[in-house]
Amino acid sequence: MKIHEYQAKELLRRAKIAVPESIVARTPAEAAAAFKKLNGKIAVVKAQIHAGGRGKGTIKSIPEQRGVQLVKSADEAEKVAKNILGNELVTIQTGPAGKVVNQVLVESGCDIARELYLGIVIDRAVGLPVLMASSEGGMNIEEVAARTPELIFKEHFDPDAGLQAYQVRKLCHKLGIKGASVRSADSFMRSLSKLFVQLDCSLVEINPLVVTGAGDLIALDAKITFDDNAMFRHPDLAELRDIAEEDPAEVRAGQAGLSYVQLEGNIGCLVNGAGLAMSTMDLIKLHGGEPANFLDVGGGAQVDQVTEAFRILLADKNVKAVLVNIFGGIMRCTTIANAVLEAYKQVGFNVPLVVRLEGTEVAEGRKILSESDVDIISAMDLTDAANKVVAAAG
Amino acid sequence: MSILINKSTRVVCQGITGKVGEFHSKNCLEYGTKLVCGVTPGKGGQEALGLPVYDTMLEAVEEQGVDATMIFVPPAFTADAILEAVDAGVKVVIAITEGVPVVDMVRVYDVIKDRDDVRLVGPNCPGVITPEECKIGIMPGYIHKKGCVGVMSRSGTLTYEAVWQLSELGLGQSTCVGLGGDPIVGTSFIDLLKLYQADGETEAIIMMGEIGGTAEEEAAAFVKEHVTKPVAAFIAGRTAPPGKRMGHAGAIISGGKGTAEEKIAALEDAGIEVAQSPADMGAAVKRAMAR
Repeated sequence: MKIHEYQAKELLRRAKIAVPESIVARTPAEAAAAFKKLNGKIAVVKAQIHAGGRGKGTIKSIPEQRGVQLVKSADEAEKVAKNILGNELVTIQTGPAGKVVNQVLVESGCDIARELYLGIVIDRAVGLPVLMASSEGGMNIEEVAARTPELIFKEHFDPDAGLQAYQVRKLCHKLGIKGASVRSADSFMRSLSKLFVQLDCSLVEINPLVVTGAGDLIALDAKITFDDNAMFRHPDLAELRDIAEEDPAEVRAGQAGLSYVQLEGNIGCLVNGAGLAMSTMDLIKLHGGEPANFLDVGGGAQVDQVTEAFRILLADKNVKAVLVNIFGGIMRCTTIANAVLEAYKQVGFNVPLVVRLEGTEVAEGRKILSESDVDIISAMDLTDAANKVVAAAG
Repeated sequence: MSILINKSTRVVCQGITGKVGEFHSKNCLEYGTKLVCGVTPGKGGQEALGLPVYDTMLEAVEEQGVDATMIFVPPAFTADAILEAVDAGVKVVIAITEGVPVVDMVRVYDVIKDRDDVRLVGPNCPGVITPEECKIGIMPGYIHKKGCVGVMSRSGTLTYEAVWQLSELGLGQSTCVGLGGDPIVGTSFIDLLKLYQADGETEAIIMMGEIGGTAEEEAAAFVKEHVTKPVAAFIAGRTAPPGKRMGHAGAIISGGKGTAEEKIAALEDAGIEVAQSPADMGAAVKRAMAR
């Protein structure tokens, strides 16, 4: 689960990790008031959306307006907030449609001496959390990793013991952090490693991490993603979810216990199991088609869930044909067959439907479909299914 | 021979009194698995499916001498159940449960990583089956056939698809293992490659990988150095866009890493027969064996 920068900074503040003073504004007037309250000569107005690349991103209707801007007066803060709020911000991560900005963060300016990068993730290969630091702050860290991997320094740590003081000193040496700043780094990095574990994060990223003129470390930006599997033990964090940031079809699928990802093509897929669902997308592409989505109905889905899956698929106007590919294990082919009939009754099929069934109760499932009056193109195996659905989609 | 489990493996189910645990325990019993008891804390002394239920794994081990466990407890308690099984001396721990927090698995992995005598499979996996001998997990038993192909995969239904294709081609399986789709799982492809290479019954190996992480690349390097048996592979997720999680927590391309292309190149470089289509997995094993 992703959260906004302002929410991430509030969590950092609570963990005594240094962040600039800031106030969230949802109207231009609030942005002006925030500027006055911060009581400084400069502030930064930052669009709050989940996607990255906001600083270089532009407002769709006002191309000269960036997603992050320095302002020097309350009037200017108001003007910039007015440009940004309620409009779509397009960044390299949002796609051409952009994301509507519903709030801005008005933040005190800070005295930047150096910009560093700090990130914590779980290192799957090692099985431990790892803190990554780089002197190349503010940059796209993936580019740094690709071009100059020697400039990224890593320290693994035990989730319960946390990052150790000597590890911070080592990182400081490599990053060229000296003198009194080392103490500031110790507090910052070790608190951040604790927060990562305590809040069950899957990603914490501070980019840039600023060393101020006075030598203190402070988080100029903050990105936190939580481990969805652990949300059951963090009901307070679950409340930070902003559904407006998510794809409506994906949200709807999630509520029905389905795993759905919207894609660009025109062939809708309904599959059981994540691996088979991914493979089905690959299969369609291999046979010259383009998948419209990834949809895993899971192992234990009931008729009403599968019916909802059909509704979601058929609501996508790009979909010109649907492929149902089921290998029944726990999932029975009869369940799918009945769901197809139910969906036909409730939703109606406006596009051709290709069905490939195999596995548990396959003979009964096929019988249900062949005896019904629903127009179905049945397929005997994967290749047959792919050819038929690609042909049907035109 | 086979790997991990066979007809004499004595099995306990942790979470046998839950709805899902009971349903699959029943299927395993019907398949012929020597499931001898269950464990549910607080329900010791009761019976489930005619089998005794104990409060602790230690009692189950003392009373029944179990070799393997099948875990169906809810995600919040899965890490603890795994550690209890390991502590009680169970050598093969198979965790089916989906949705275990990653940090919990970091703690579990720290305990088991240096234990050569313990094999954890999962979590978030379909389980392990040695056809016609022992099934520990949720896979449909009837599609499997006894034979010589070792099957390993990060995905459940894709494994069923591969097993189905193999059985249709007359190629039976020695043991099929589902590794699980989470970022941190107990068993890697390399762990299984070692076991399959040493197993007398296994003559060929197929591995189904997916986008995300580097497990397939590491397996490819291991095959190149240490595996003499024919190996086939398939990678799911060629068409997956970066930054989107494809169902499994582990199946995500991030920072341009973990793409199918990189994985396929590494596999082919190691002399592995790579199936281009998921419809071609069984045939790829045949081609690998004919080389």
